[in-house]
Amino acid sequence: MTARRIAVISSGLSQPSSTRLLADRLTQAVERRLADAGVELTVDVIELRDLAHDITNNLITGFAAPKLEAALQTITTADGLIAVTPIFTTSYSGLFKSFVDILDPQSLTGMPVLIGATGGTERHSLALDYAIRPLFGYLHAVVVPTSVYAASSDWGSAEGALPERIDRAAGELAALIEQSDRSSQVIDPFALPEGFSPVGGYGAQ
Amino acid sequence: MNESGMQFGIFTVGDVTEDPTTGHTLSEHERITNILTIAQKVEEVGMEVFALGEHHNPPFIPSSPTTMLGYVAAKTENLILSTSTTLITTNDPVKIAEDYAMLQHVADGRVDLMMGRGNTGPVYPWFGKDIREGIPLAIENYALLHRLWTEDVVDWQGRYRTPLQGFTSTPRPLDGVAPFVWHGSIRSPEIAEQAAYYGDGFFANNIFWPKEHYMKLIGYYRQRFEHYGHGTAAQAIVGLGGQAFMAKNSQDAVKQFRPYFDNAPVYGHGPSLEEFTELTPLTVGSPQQVIDRYASMREYFGDYQRQLFLMDHAGLPLKTVLEQLDILGGEVVPALRKEFAKDRPADVPAAPTHASLVQKRVELVETSPANNA
Repeated sequence: MTARRIAVISSGLSQPSSTRLLADRLTQAVERRLADAGVELTVDVIELRDLAHDITNNLITGFAAPKLEAALQTITTADGLIAVTPIFTTSYSGLFKSFVDILDPQSLTGMPVLIGATGGTERHSLALDYAIRPLFGYLHAVVVPTSVYAASSDWGSAEGALPERIDRAAGELAALIEQSDRSSQVIDPFALPEGFSPVGGYGAQ
Repeated sequence: MNESGMQFGIFTVGDVTEDPTTGHTLSEHERITNILTIAQKVEEVGMEVFALGEHHNPPFIPSSPTTMLGYVAAKTENLILSTSTTLITTNDPVKIAEDYAMLQHVADGRVDLMMGRGNTGPVYPWFGKDIREGIPLAIENYALLHRLWTEDVVDWQGRYRTPLQGFTSTPRPLDGVAPFVWHGSIRSPEIAEQAAYYGDGFFANNIFWPKEHYMKLIGYYRQRFEHYGHGTAAQAIVGLGGQAFMAKNSQDAVKQFRPYFDNAPVYGHGPSLEEFTELTPLTVGSPQQVIDRYASMREYFGDYQRQLFLMDHAGLPLKTVLEQLDILGGEVVPALRKEFAKDRPADVPAAPTHASLVQKRVELVETSPANNA
C-alpha cells in the first residue's frame, strides 16, 4: 500500500473553531479519496494558536523554538498541505501570515496545497482568490483550482453546496498527493549552489 | 595561553543603547571611550582576545575598527586584537589588506580578524553594492585579500572592483605572515566551505540561535577542512561566541540582567529570559553555572580554539561590565581553561597566534622541495 503524509494548518483563534471544523472536513474528504485509491494517509494537524508565542518570537529573534521547528519540519516535508484561515479585515489572519512569513521562501516550492477560509458572511469569500491564492503562488506552491470558503450560514444549510465544494477540492488535492514524493525526499541542508567555487569565478587568476 | 590551547576574550557590537533602568543613553564619545576601557580590562583580567564589530549605522558606533584597535594596541602588551566582524562584502579588500597589515605591524603581530557579510540591508547600497550578491562578494573579495597578503605583486581581475596590474599592498604582512583569518557565518554553507578551503578558522556567533543550529554548520566545516587536506576534522580551527551575566547568587544575576535582556536590541521584547537562556547559550546566574554551561560546549562542538563572550551590550553601564569582566577573568575563565585542558587530544592545535604562524612558515620553508634542490 502506498503511504503519503499531509500536514493541515488551522489558524482559528477560538476553541472550538469553525476554521478547525472546516480543516477537519477537508482532511476527512482527502482521506476518503486516497483510501479509495489505496493510499495510506498520515495526517499531522497544526493549530497555529498553540504556536502563537513561538511564531512571534521567531519573527523577533530569527529562530524557531523546538515545538515550532518541529511544526515547520512537518509541514515542509509533507506530500500535501491543507491550509485554512479565518478571514479577518478582508484577508488571511495576522497569525496565519506571520506563520507563512517565517517559512523558508523555498520550502513550499511544488507543494500541493488546498486552501480554505472561514468567515462570518459569504461576502468575504473572494479573499481566497485575491489574497490567499497569490500568497501560495508567490511561494511556488501548487494550489488546487477549487478553494473552499465556509461562512457561518453554510454550517446550518441543508443545501449541498459546502459538502460538494469540499469533495471537489479534496479530489483535486488527493490526485496531486498520490503523485507526490516530497515526504520521501532527503534534503541536504549544506548543498552548495551549482557551480559554487570557494575562490569565486575570477579569484583563482 | 595554556594547556587548554584556548583563547578567551570578549566581542562587542558597539551599540549605543539606553540603559533601561535609568533611561540614560551615553553619548557616542562616552561609549567609544568605554569600549576602549573595556578592551584594556580584558587583558587586565587575564584573557587573550578583544574583538570589535564593524557597523555603519546607528545605534552602532564602531565604523573604523583599526583606529580603535590601534589605540588598544598601544595600551596593551599581550592582548590579541580582532574583529567581529570585518565586512568583507562592502569594504574594498585592498583597503582591508592595507589597514590590517598596518595594524599588525603597530601591534607587533597581535592581530587577527573575522570576516563577515554584515546583516544590515542598506549598508550594501550605501557602499555601492548589492545585498543579493553578498556571498559572491564575500568569496571574491576574500580571494583577492588572501592574494594581497600572500603575494608581493598581484595582477588581478574580478567582477566587483577595478582590476589591478602590478599592485603591491603595503605594508607587507609582519614577518611575511598574514593575520590569521576567521570566517563568521550563522547560516551559509558557502562560508563554511570557504573557511575550510583556505584552512582558515570558522567562528559561530552562537548567541542568537540554539546551539544545535551551529553544531551542524561547524560539523560541516570540520568535515570540509579535512576534505581540503588541512588536517583531520578534529584539527579544524573553531571559535564560538557566548553570552553571560553573573552574580554570586544566581537569582541576583537574573534580577539585575532582566531589564537589559527584556529591552535588548535584536532579541528584546521577544522570548522570556527563561526561554532564551534555555534555548541559546546565554547563561544568567552564578559563575559556576556559566562554567558548567560553557565547559559542556566541547561536547557539542568538539575541542575548539577560541571562546568569545558578549558582555557589554544593551545599555549595561561601564561599571557593571567591568565587574562582569572581573568575574569572567577571575573565576570563570581559569576554571574553563582547566576543564578544556582535560583529555584534550595532543594533536588538536592550539589557537593560532602570530608566533605560531611564523613557526609554521619556517617549518614549511625548511621542508619545501624547492629548498632541498
